[in-house]
Amino acid sequence: MSDTDTALQDQAINVDTEKGNFKYPENYEFDAGVGLNEETVKYISNVKDEDPWILDFRLKALEIFNKKPMPTNWADKDLENIHFDKIRYYLSKGQQPARSWDDVPDDVKETFERLGIPEQERKFLAGVEAQFDSEASYSHMKEDLEKEGVIFVGSTEGLMKYPEIFKPYFGKVIPTSDNKFAALNSATFSGGSFIYVPKGVKLKQPLQAYFRINAENFGQFERTLIIADEGAEITYMEGCTAPKFETTTLHSAVVELVALKGAKIQYITVQNWSSNVFNLVTKRGMADEGAEVKWIDCNIGSRLTMKYPGVVLKGKGARGEVLSIALANDGQHQDTGAKMMHLADNTTSNIISKSISIGEGRSTYRGQVHMPKHLKNCKNNTECDALLINTNSRTDTYPAITTRGENNTVQHEASVSKVSAEQIFYMMQRGLSEGEAMSLAVNGFVNELMKAFPMEYSVELKRLIDMEMEGSVG
Amino acid sequence: MNTTLENPTATTSTDEPAWLAQRRAEGQTQFNTLPAPTVRDERWRFARVNTLSTDGYTPATAPSAETLDQLVERSNLVSQRAGSLVFADDAQALFEPISAELAAQGVIYLPVLEAIAKHPALMEQYFLKESTELGSEKFFGLHASLVKAGSILYIPKGVEIEQPFVNYYWTSGARAAVFPHTLVIAEDNAKASVVDIFFSETEANEALSIAVSNIHAGTGANVFRKVVQDWNEKTTSFQLDTTVGGRDVNVRNLAVNIGAERARFENQVRIEGTGAHVKMYSLTVAEESQEFDQRTFQTHNAGNAVSDLLYKNALLDKSRTIFSGLIKVAEGAQQTDAYQTNRNLLLDPTAEANALPGLEILANDVKCSHGATTGNVDEDELFYMMQRGIPKRDAMKLMVFGFFEEVISEVDNDELADNLRALIRNKFESKIH
Repeated sequence: MSDTDTALQDQAINVDTEKGNFKYPENYEFDAGVGLNEETVKYISNVKDEDPWILDFRLKALEIFNKKPMPTNWADKDLENIHFDKIRYYLSKGQQPARSWDDVPDDVKETFERLGIPEQERKFLAGVEAQFDSEASYSHMKEDLEKEGVIFVGSTEGLMKYPEIFKPYFGKVIPTSDNKFAALNSATFSGGSFIYVPKGVKLKQPLQAYFRINAENFGQFERTLIIADEGAEITYMEGCTAPKFETTTLHSAVVELVALKGAKIQYITVQNWSSNVFNLVTKRGMADEGAEVKWIDCNIGSRLTMKYPGVVLKGKGARGEVLSIALANDGQHQDTGAKMMHLADNTTSNIISKSISIGEGRSTYRGQVHMPKHLKNCKNNTECDALLINTNSRTDTYPAITTRGENNTVQHEASVSKVSAEQIFYMMQRGLSEGEAMSLAVNGFVNELMKAFPMEYSVELKRLIDMEMEGSVG
Repeated sequence: MNTTLENPTATTSTDEPAWLAQRRAEGQTQFNTLPAPTVRDERWRFARVNTLSTDGYTPATAPSAETLDQLVERSNLVSQRAGSLVFADDAQALFEPISAELAAQGVIYLPVLEAIAKHPALMEQYFLKESTELGSEKFFGLHASLVKAGSILYIPKGVEIEQPFVNYYWTSGARAAVFPHTLVIAEDNAKASVVDIFFSETEANEALSIAVSNIHAGTGANVFRKVVQDWNEKTTSFQLDTTVGGRDVNVRNLAVNIGAERARFENQVRIEGTGAHVKMYSLTVAEESQEFDQRTFQTHNAGNAVSDLLYKNALLDKSRTIFSGLIKVAEGAQQTDAYQTNRNLLLDPTAEANALPGLEILANDVKCSHGATTGNVDEDELFYMMQRGIPKRDAMKLMVFGFFEEVISEVDNDELADNLRALIRNKFESKIH
């Protein structure tokens, strides 16, 4: 790669992350200090004024977290660089999220204004929640939805105000003991969205959450639970940003989706954390009879992402889908994938994963498809395609498929390729620069998946990919 | 683990060279100190490790002369051959050496112990040098410490041998442990083919077999190894195979695995030279509670080479198969073409097929793909044949044999191919209703 190319690429990357790369001075009213023990957990629970059962739940989770080993027998050894005793587990400026934009503290307001949130809301969203470190700083939903009985609140508020709705499903799709990081989240969770959509209510516009980490050495542990009652439909979108720090930052969320009979949930993530963030997230949906859970997952940022959204296909005819795009640049490892657990007849699942590795970036697909023996007529289709841009880029694929039963079919395909020199040459001959040609080729590679994203997101994604790609030919 | 295998008595010769005594001692230590496989080890994922045991097996004493004669009589899958060896419980029952003509060209074909005595330098260079990386290091250790049966084949530069070398390994005694070994060294532009056949004397004699095969193919060499594993369903079987291929080699591995109670098959190929062309085929029929655990590794350390894998499994009853394959393209191994295909045909709802097709790619100018499919017999195809008057049972049979023919047709020896079809038919005949 020539110097000008490198400069171009740097410039491109800078432009891209500039949007999120700023921070405001830290002055927090509530701070749980550094490190994690029973006292930290009690402090968090106390600040939130929680019911005793929630504290019990947290303490039990802490015990499990301490017992569980790191999954380094199969996962990236980089996990060993997370120092749990140096992380700050709870930081907030106050408890109540502002209901009106004017009430949001100025520095937080500026943060989100720079990220364009109020603007987005005005444009097309049904509701927005913005989380700044541990707590939501702003939460707003259009009034007519409130009238229809839609609930859109933070995790604590959800559990305290509507226990009859949320408690039965809380921690049921993803049990505390599911993995070490799910246990960590269960012990320290704060913020996130608890959403309930009543029977038959179909949200025409998406609900959205923004997650922002502002403080150094911080761990963000938001908890999201979305319940779509029978026949309800909802689309939820989340975006993540953080400033670049020298030290590592941890984001470890738990997201549970419950789609009751005939309901549809679509969950869209655009993750653009800065390259010092460990992004270790557990996401799983449960689909009842005839229900549909769809994860659209786009990972561009972070140092190491480990995320395998799953669907438990519990009811007959349920459908699960994971569409995933990952972009791994220098110093990044995007370890993503999907899990499909078929537990009823006539269930279908579809996984499409596209990854792009640039420079020394590494992208990994890990998948699990499970069909036990008593099932009939289940289908799974998995496709994972990887594109390698530079000679030292890396990609891995590790699927695991178990099939039994009658008339069940599973197919898995994966391919690895590079952008062909002929393609680039052809485009350059017609007057495109090398960078433009490369961007075009890469956008073509993910184009099919891009169509699944809502308009605003696919435009944004295209732009992000353009910038990451510029000057990477060499 | 408590077994007589841990502290072997003098099963091997005491006047062995020092290097071999050392390799055996290292193997014994490896077996004694490495932990038993656990489910937490990714390389043993989905395998029934809890019931895996080498307890109670002993290196068997030689069967009676009468038994040996009978087994030699039954060793009849290939009649045209360049040389042949028959072992029963690791005792030599027959040695059919090469022609004087081949010997004059410098070809060596000998049982293991004789090769050690006659060609110590060659054996020191190659014998027991390639362990497995796929999880059974412990059991490779046991093999190294106790191996005494097997065939050594050395083909000098430019020598081409058309007829195959055929080796039979039988088990006969109660709870016998056997350690068959295959070593093929093909020098530059040499050509040879080997058939290794694993059989049990009866349907009931319990046995443990830990077989190791090492193939070294020099520049431009052409090697084809076929394995027929039809142990009885009281046998625990390991096949730990390694192929190392240099520049422009043409190496083919073909395995027909239909026997054993549980069969662990580790097959790794390492490409060290450009222009290499490697093919790996496997065919498995699993029935009753059989478990076939297949782990494969295609390593491309040099660019511009091709490897292609096709593993087909048909499953009946409560049987299980595990296919776990990895393609690894090293940094700088550009213009690699590596493919991996696993097809599983589920014929009973209680059978279980696991597929773990993996890729690790560290070079960008490559064509790599893998595909894994699992399904039942195609209803439309079945309907089509039944419409034309073929009974359902026959139609299913036709489809199953058709499924296997893709692998069988790669067998370049018509007699062996027909014998393989018969073996598979026997296993299937009573099963399809």
